[in-house]
Amino acid sequence: MRRAFAAVLAVATAIALAFLVLPVVAIFVRVPLRDLLGALGDDVTRDALRVSLETSAIAHAAVLVVGTPAGYLLGRKRFRGRGLVITLVELPLVLPPAVAGIALFAAFGRAGLLGDELNALGVQIPFTQAAVVLAVIFVESPFYLRGAIAAFESLDGSLLDAARTLGASPGRVFARIALPLAAGGLGAASALALARGLGEFGATIIFAGSLQGVTQTLPLAIYAQFEQDFDTALAISALFIVIGAVLLVALKLYPWFRFVSISRSRFAPST
Amino acid sequence: MVPLRLDFALALRAFDVELELDVGAETFAVVGPSGAGKTSILRAVAGLARPERGAIACGDELWFDADSNVDLRPEQRSVGYVFQEYALFPHLTVEQNVAFGGGRADRLLRRLDIEHLARAKPPELSGGERQRVALARALARSPRVLLLDEPMAALDPHTRGTVRAELHDLLRELSLPTLLVTHDFEDAAALADRVGVLVAGRLRQVGAPGDLLGSPADPFVARLAGANLLTGVAAPAPSGLTAVLLDAGPTIYVADSTSGRTEVVVYPWDVSLARETPDDSALNHLPDQIVSLTPLGNRARVRLRLLTAEITAASLERLQLAPGDHVVASFKATQARLFSSAG
Repeated sequence: MRRAFAAVLAVATAIALAFLVLPVVAIFVRVPLRDLLGALGDDVTRDALRVSLETSAIAHAAVLVVGTPAGYLLGRKRFRGRGLVITLVELPLVLPPAVAGIALFAAFGRAGLLGDELNALGVQIPFTQAAVVLAVIFVESPFYLRGAIAAFESLDGSLLDAARTLGASPGRVFARIALPLAAGGLGAASALALARGLGEFGATIIFAGSLQGVTQTLPLAIYAQFEQDFDTALAISALFIVIGAVLLVALKLYPWFRFVSISRSRFAPST
Repeated sequence: MVPLRLDFALALRAFDVELELDVGAETFAVVGPSGAGKTSILRAVAGLARPERGAIACGDELWFDADSNVDLRPEQRSVGYVFQEYALFPHLTVEQNVAFGGGRADRLLRRLDIEHLARAKPPELSGGERQRVALARALARSPRVLLLDEPMAALDPHTRGTVRAELHDLLRELSLPTLLVTHDFEDAAALADRVGVLVAGRLRQVGAPGDLLGSPADPFVARLAGANLLTGVAAPAPSGLTAVLLDAGPTIYVADSTSGRTEVVVYPWDVSLARETPDDSALNHLPDQIVSLTPLGNRARVRLRLLTAEITAASLERLQLAPGDHVVASFKATQARLFSSAG
């Protein structure tokens, strides 16, 4: 009986693994390494890579700069309505990307909520690179915020209090104590958000379109090439898998979680 | 000018902490069970918790005053705070921890004998070493008030004795107004000039450690100070004594007089043990059985079914006691104290 159960567990694990790995392997079987490098020289791929890197870099920088202090506030301060605020922050996580695209239109489009103000400033956002940046920020920031809130929330409050009694201003407590101690969680959240941002598709194609060299990011290029040149689509997909694997391995190897184990060692027997 | 003057009320979830206390250049220990509001007092003094009313002043400097809306921020108050479990910054070296508040660390590292640990990080240190780092860090800004939250609690029993002696010497040398919070009366008695027993946010009794032991205000204080608490019914007995029929069965004789339901306080160090009923001046001889034995340095704590005795390691050796043994516990009529139960 016990052996049968063990077999069921093993078989279920094998099926799950095979199902998840097979498509990934299939891409590399279909694309020889030489062709992969060749496809990267392709105009469409090069433009898409440039657009993706530029928009992701700007969007990710914005998410880190705004999201880190916001995560600190939401993670450390207890106030009425905190639960509601955190739920609102998480809402984009459960929205279909297409809905996110429509929502961005409704907010920043010519006839949108802020349309008149933007028109008055002579700013037009939809179908520009700015639209890509906004779409990426919209879909990736909840991933970062959630991780940042959790990272700051799990800090030992007495460390922050101790820093205050040692004369540190709240800003210095944040920079010298909270930030370094939360670095592990922040790094993990940052990598997850970056991966989500690079893969952004649905919101971008609705809000920014798919103009080669302007708004066509790597995922959009895959979709555009899917019917014209399947090999290029495969090559870009392979590139994604490599980027994803690098991010994951970096997450596992980098000793970001160094500080998490400290609460345990604090009770280590003295010698 | 009183170095540290506290007179405030701070609301906690279940009750208010109300405190009126002047602390001179002395060590004042606040002793009480967990949840009595001890740490909240330290947090209020440090500016980490805001009282509802009252005032906190350090010398001529007003730190908090609800009426005039004065509330100095923690970084503006000159306190050295040793947190429970020390709260050392795990990502900084010992030297960086001590120098965090500004100033140089080397003098304090030398004073506390932790120079050799300057480059170590807190997770690598033993409990005793961490306590010294925490003290060095708290003293680095030359504070006017020292706050110690359970400084001995994170230590194992082996290092406790030495660390306590060192801390005692350091506190005497500093002679700063020091508020020390602990649940352990022995630590308080060993370290403090005065002790206050805090129960549910209020000081039940304040006095020198010896006074609290010698004349506890109530059975609770006596119990906190380590006494045995027996309950029974008292009635007058010949030659001016009081006989107490204990709920547990035996009758004992006490010099205090009262009648009706009473609580009897007997300190463990006033109880002696023997194999047979001894022929001595003690009036009370209670046959009992040993439940457990705990060595405490040169003494041993012997828990019996009815009460606990503290005897010297030499007596323990001589009597060859072991759990399960039948012994006779003896104490004098003058060594028991009566508290009639109200109502």
